[in-house]
Parts: sequence; C-alpha cells; structure tokens
Amino acid sequence: MTALVKLTGVGKDYGSVIALRDVSLEVAAGQVVCVLGDNGAGKSTLIKIVAGLHRHDSGTYEVQGEPVAFSSPRDALDLGIATVYQDLAVVPLMPVWRNFFLGSEKRRGLGRLDVDFMRRTTRDELLAMGIDLRDVDQPIGTLSGGERQCVAIARAVYFGAKVLVLDEPTAALGVKQAGVVLRYIVQARERGLGVVFITHNPHHAYPVGDRFLILNRGRPIGYHDKDDITREELTALMAGGAELEQLAHELEATGSTATARALDEEARTLGLTDD
Amino acid sequence: MTQATTGPAAADERVARRDPLRRLLVRPELGALIGAVALFVFFSATADAFLQTSSFSTVLYASSTFGIMAVGVSLLMIGGEFDLSAGVMVTSSALVASLVSFQLTLNVWAGVAISLAVTLALGVLNGLLFVWTKLPSFIVTLATFLMLAGANLGVTKAVTGNVASDSIRDMDGFASAKDVFASEVDMGGVNVNVTVFWWIAFTVVATWILLRTRAGNWIFAVGGNADSARAVGVPVARTKIALFAGVAFCAWFSGMHLLFAFATVQSGEGVGNEFFYIICAVIGGCLLTGGYGSAIGAAIGAFIFGMVNKGIVYADWNPDWFRFFLGAALLAATVVNHLVRRRAER
Repeated sequence: MTALVKLTGVGKDYGSVIALRDVSLEVAAGQVVCVLGDNGAGKSTLIKIVAGLHRHDSGTYEVQGEPVAFSSPRDALDLGIATVYQDLAVVPLMPVWRNFFLGSEKRRGLGRLDVDFMRRTTRDELLAMGIDLRDVDQPIGTLSGGERQCVAIARAVYFGAKVLVLDEPTAALGVKQAGVVLRYIVQARERGLGVVFITHNPHHAYPVGDRFLILNRGRPIGYHDKDDITREELTALMAGGAELEQLAHELEATGSTATARALDEEARTLGLTDD
Repeated sequence: MTQATTGPAAADERVARRDPLRRLLVRPELGALIGAVALFVFFSATADAFLQTSSFSTVLYASSTFGIMAVGVSLLMIGGEFDLSAGVMVTSSALVASLVSFQLTLNVWAGVAISLAVTLALGVLNGLLFVWTKLPSFIVTLATFLMLAGANLGVTKAVTGNVASDSIRDMDGFASAKDVFASEVDMGGVNVNVTVFWWIAFTVVATWILLRTRAGNWIFAVGGNADSARAVGVPVARTKIALFAGVAFCAWFSGMHLLFAFATVQSGEGVGNEFFYIICAVIGGCLLTGGYGSAIGAAIGAFIFGMVNKGIVYADWNPDWFRFFLGAALLAATVVNHLVRRRAER
C-alpha cells in the first residue's frame, strides 16, 4: 500500500530558529497517525507543512508517491489533504447546512441554491458519521464544541478529503465531547481515510492511533507502532521522562521529601528511571 | 463498536427541543412584526384619520422612500458593515442626473444612466476604500459622507450659482422617467405612489438573494465570521464591495425618485437620512455586529418608520416630537428583538 502522505527527514527553520528537524511520517489509507508533543514541540509547524501553509526547508514531502511543494492550502486541498483547525472555520449564526456547503454551494442554474439537496446531504453525511441532527437548520453556534468539530470533519470528508489533518480537535473539549470526536476519527478511518491527529493528550491518542510520532523541541523522540508501545510508555515519553526525574531530585534537595518520593515512584512505574 | 455508537447514543434527547413556535420566534423579523401590529392598533385607536385608505397610502409612501434604501442598507449590515454616506449619496445621485441632463441639454434618460454609473462607482469606491485601508466601514463612509455632502453643495453652486439644481420638468424624457420613478397608480380609487411597488419588489428580490442564492450565503458568512468565510474559499472582499455597490444602487433609485417627484434637487438634502435607514434595518432585526437579519425585517422596520412619521400628524400631535418617538420606537424594538432572540435561542 503506498502512503497517502509521506514525509522523509523534513525540517523547517524560521530564521535562526530551528522549528522542526528530521521528521519522518507516513500515513496510509485507513490509518490514524497521532502526532504528540508538548507546547512548542513543533506540532503546529508540522501541521502547517502538511496543510500547505508553509513549505519545508529540507527533506521530502510526498503525496501518493509524488514529491510535492505546496504554495497554498488550496494546493493541498486539491490533492485531498484537508486540514481542520481548532477554530473550525464555521460561521456560528448560520444554519448547519449552510456552514456545511459554505464556499462550495451546490446550485441549480441561475445562481439558485439547491437547498433541498444541501439539507438532505448534510443530514445524511452527519448521520453516516453517527451524528443524528434532525434539525440542520439550527445555527451551528447552538451545537456543542464536539458536534461542531464533527461537522467540520464531515464537511472535509464530503468534499473529497483523502487525508484528514486534525489540529488538536479534542483540546478544548470536555471528556464526553472529546469521546464524540474520537469516535468520529475511528469512523473516518473505517471509511478508508488517512488521519493525522495532532494532540498533546496521550489518553486521547492511544485508543484511536495506529502509529505514534512523539515530538520534543522540534525533533522526533519516538515513532512507534501501536504494538510496540504501551499507554504508559507513551505517556512517559510525552511527559519528557528525564525532566520528571530531575524535578524529583530538586524537590528532595529542598526538603519536600514526601512529594519527591511520590514523583520518584511515579517515574519508576512509568519506566523512566534506569534502575 | 460502530453499531452501538450510531444507535441510541446518537439520538440525543436535546435535539428535539426546538419546537415550531421557537423556530418562528427566532426569525429576525418577528420582533418588528409585533411592534408594527402594536403601533398600527395604537394609531388606529388614537387617530381617526389613520384608518382612511388615503392616509394609509400616505403612510406607505413615506415607508417606501425609506424602505427602498433600507433594503440595500440591511444587506450591507448583514454583511457586517455600515454606510454612513447612503443619505447624501441619494442627493448626489439626483444632482448628477439633473445637472448633466440640464447643462448638456440631454434627454433626461441619459442623465439617469450617467447617474447610475457615477453612483455605482461611488459605492464601489466606498467598498474599495474599506478593503484597501482595512479601516472600519464606519470611519471610511463617514469620510465619504462628509466629502459627498461638501461636493453636493460645492458643485451645485459652481454650476448653477444656486443651492438647488435647475428644474428639468420641461426636458425630453421627463414624463416617461416620472412614470417609472415617481408616478401615482390608481388602486381602486386610491392613489398609491409607484415607489410602494418598487419597495415591495426590491424587498422580494433581496430576500430571494439572501435565502436562495450563493451570494446570499456569502453575505451572511462575511458578516458572521469573515475569517472563517475566507478560510473556506468565500471571496470576502468582493462580497463586501458588491454590498456597498448595492447600497449605491438603492441610492440611485431613491435619487431618481427625488428628482422626478420634484424636478429640482436641493443640494443640502439627505444629511441625517443614513441613520433612518440604519434604524429601519435595526428595528427589522438586523444585528449591528452583522451576520444576522432579513430584508423583510427591514421592510417592516421602514413601515414602522412610516407609521410613526405620519401617525403623529394624523393624531394631531406636535410633529416636532417625531424624532423623539422614533428614538423611543428604536429603543423598544431593539430591546424586544434582543429579548425574543435570547429566549428563542436558549
């Protein structure tokens, strides 16, 4: 199976700042690749390269085997790479179906909107992804954050996305809402899409991901198949294991022994220490 | 797993809470409609003359002259912008047609066509200035308002030596132009000004554009969230410029009515009217922040405006107080609108 999206040794500088270095990533159809990392790890830079907002400075970026260098998000979109950003690009006061088709309205000649078609399609597409919106005429602002996120994803899928890039879709959501979005990611995978799921939450990433890329300070510090890594190891990698241990030692030195011991303990259970 | 999730869990018990009454309440024009009915009952009870058909025709005429402008202004407001130059642009438009026809001794229809081109150019200029400078439309059109007001007076005085344009009543084409822009139509014994029919037509067309065309979708989107609209491929700048041009088109039409109703134009007219247009749109449910409203609402707003305007006269009140009542109506309408929407959206 050829990868839909394949990055090999990709790097990006902003002036003298090295934002990303030597990152490799591969997404095939029906696969979810999670990109994890703390703030400043380079997740945003990576997503901007994949989405076509920025061009990479080194390495290669291939889409279905063809090397590419995008100059705008439109280029990426034309090749079926759709990015759903955190702010979602929806207009809160407009009905769900108008948002769904905004910018790509279906018409019936003379500029007339095919309202019935758009209403029906919106309802069907959302239903296919497990969201039963009986009233697609309600303003999209009345939906919950998770549902809005799902409409944005369904929209990208409907307009021909082969690869979905999701920028922290669960970051601002409550537990239940995050669950709705995660379920949706699984749905997208089952429909045969490739998904790049950016998050800083290993508990969201682990259940849905097939492969995990962990970034730290612009460098990859792990690239694992699900079989190779446990949830605990993933969490530990994310937390930056050595730093947790360091903190424990510092606290011990200042006399907070109880806290330090607890942290030490935690580091050990997470498998971070050498002993 | 998917079977379980698409089943009962998806049938959210909260989805069905919007019953038909709520959906009606959430319409932007409902508050205005309630206000219009209340005012109608009030004036019918207090002013005997109000219910006569001839008085009603006068009310409709007053409503239509502001209503035609309110159509363009409301679309622009839904698109998230203001046009403070709309009032004086009506006068500019009338002056251009009048001065060009008279000075060059042309058929008045030539003046009408030239005026259309000039006024549309003014609207596009408003839009371009807004897009280029990225300043709030309030500031940009405040500037063009002042410039147009000055130019109206300056040019008219320079050309005619007077503050009013010369009468074009005896010129070629005046009669046919008056038929189109300023005639009276006999409706079963009552004379109704043709502007009333134009007002209705404009409102119908604008409503169709808003609700049933791609352009309408874009108007709501650029007013509701311009950044999001841009991100999904809506041409934001082009949509906004077109909306300013739409206001200009309405200004041209109103200007032609003004010219052919009186044959001469006072160059200082129109100042302050821009607020009345905005008031019509706001009473009709347009949000000042954009992204919400309707052309039908603006028409009802204009009807309220006309009723207050003439109702005061029929009720034998001191017309000096007209603006006071208009202000009170504006306040009441916006408060009612706000409450209705808050209740309906909860």
